[in-house]
Formats: sequence, C-alpha cells, structure tokens
Amino acid sequence: MTMLHANAAAPGIAQEAARPLDYFDLLKPRVMSLVVFTAAVGMIGAYVQGGSLPIGLAIISLLAISIGAGASGALNMWWDADIDAVMERTATRPIPRGAVPGPEAAAFGLVLSALSVALLALSSNYLAAGLLAFTIFFYAVIYSMWLKRATPQNIVIGGAAGALPPVVAWAAVAGETPWQAWALFAIIFLWTPPHFWALALRRSSDYERVGVPMMPNVEGEAATRRQIFAYSLLLAAFAVAVQPFGLGGPLYLGVAILTGVHFVRLAYRLLRAPSGDAKSAMRLFGFSILYLFGLFAALLVEGLYALARQPHL
Amino acid sequence: MMREDEKKRRSQRNLAIAGGITAFIVLIYLVTLMRIGASVGAGG
Repeated sequence: MTMLHANAAAPGIAQEAARPLDYFDLLKPRVMSLVVFTAAVGMIGAYVQGGSLPIGLAIISLLAISIGAGASGALNMWWDADIDAVMERTATRPIPRGAVPGPEAAAFGLVLSALSVALLALSSNYLAAGLLAFTIFFYAVIYSMWLKRATPQNIVIGGAAGALPPVVAWAAVAGETPWQAWALFAIIFLWTPPHFWALALRRSSDYERVGVPMMPNVEGEAATRRQIFAYSLLLAAFAVAVQPFGLGGPLYLGVAILTGVHFVRLAYRLLRAPSGDAKSAMRLFGFSILYLFGLFAALLVEGLYALARQPHL
Repeated sequence: MMREDEKKRRSQRNLAIAGGITAFIVLIYLVTLMRIGASVGAGG
C-alpha cells in the first residue's frame, strides 16, 4: 500500500486559465443538492414546531448553507488532489485534470467558507452560523486532512459532517436544535457507512492504490459486509422507532417501514452473496440513495401539509 | 503571452467574480431590508 503525500501536486498537470464552470465543479454540485434537500427538510420541521424566521431570510439561509457545503467540497478537493489524480472515479475533478490550480481552489474554498458563515449569521442567528462553521471545519480538517487517510472508520466519524446540514437549517429557523433535528442527523449518520462501504467494495482497488484505508481493503470484504448489514439494521430500526416520538406522520412511517425492510433485505443479500459479487453491492448503493430520498421526501410532504393547515401562514 | 482562449477564459472568470461579489452585496442588502421589515413588523 503506498500512501501518497497529502496535497502533493499531481504530476504532469498543465495549469491553464480556469473557466467559471470549473470552479462550480469544485463545489461538488451533487453533494450540494443533497445538502439543500436535507436542510430544507430541517427548515420545514422547524417551522412546523413553531420556528419564526421570515421566509425570505430562510431562503437566503438555505443558500448560505449550500455555499458552505460547496466550500468544504472545494477544500476537500484541494487537499485530496494527489489521490484524486490516481483514482479512476475522481481523476477528472478540476484540480487533477489541470483546470484549476490547487492554491486557487484552497483560496476559493476559504473565501466561500467565510462568506457563507457570515451570510448565515446575518440572515438567521449565531447558533446556526457556528454550526455551519463547525460543519465545514469537520469535513475539511477532521475528515479530509486527518481521518480519511488514518483509519477505516473515516467515513463513520466523517459522516457527521454530511449529517449536520438539517441541524444547521433547523437552528437557522428556530434558534435551537431539538431532538427531532438530531434525529435527522442520526438518520444520515447511520446511513453513511452502508452507503459508502457498498461503493467502496466496488472501488476497493482504487482506494488500495492510493493508500486510503477504506474498510474493504483494511478489514476485508466479509467484515465490511457484516458491518454494512449491522448498520443497515440499525438505520432501518432507528428510522421507524423515532416516528412514535414525533418525527413525521403516517406517510413517513409507511415509507420508513417499506423501504427499511427492502434496505435490510439488500444488505442481507450482500452479506450472503459470493465473494467479489459487485452487483449486490451496487444494488445496495443505488437503493441507499433512494431510501434517504424517500424518508426525507415523506417528511417534506408531511411538513408542508402541516404548514398549509396552520391558519397564520 | 496569453493565447486567445486563455484571454477569453480569464475574462469569463473576471465576469464571474464580479457577478459573485455583486450577488453577495445584493444578498446583504436584502437581508438588511428583511431584518428591518421583521423588526418593524414586530413593533421593535
């Protein structure tokens, strides 16, 4: 296993003037769209619970949260440019393909981080801004610079960064983070390991090549599958168990049960599949995206319905 | 000496930076207006 030097310049890169779209790519637009979606659900949840932020400020706050997420993506790409250049999945990112120089990406990420936190502080409150700053720090420094290359638990702990946006959004609208906000956090947190490890099973040779200690290439395929199954069980059970306490209504409960059962079934199939069966892993990976979308979409629909029935809105 | 396409990219980038700064200023202006509106509405 060869460990590349963190942030070493990728060899053979010809730097040329970048296009604006190359900078947009640095923000990881697909991750940003997931952040916007989960954060919007957090905001709706906060309004249902009596949050009072004017809607215009909520929209600007959502924009600030998405820019913050994009900024942390740019910092991650700057730090990981050396391994991105070697891995098949990431070789065409703006820095390894030579479109954006690394230091410019770092400056871009830092400036956007500062602006997003400042904007959120102005549009909502300091609690939300502080949480956003912590999220960016956690993703860029704790996950990217430290955990990712240090431990096979990298994405378990690092998953906290991806799970925080609905909490930040809830805080922006309500000025507090009640247990329901942390329940949304826990759902994404428990979802992250089975989601990423399913992909890592397929891409383990890529991670092996660059020396990133992902679970499959450190503890092996069988151990990874066992842990995927354990997390899937925990996730499906947790998503259902929180409903009676007040997260979501009957639609959410129905979606959580139906998709949860299927999620566990796919994880079990992967557990029992013959060694090297990439199809089962990719099936679980694909469904995991649908699963998270389904849960949050159900919460969004129920939240909007509840708001529409409130007379003062 | 910069090539034509490099010049074009640089000018696109300058325009994007100008657009970004303008958007940020407009956002701060809007936040200020909305905050004033909210506090006037609340009687404070």
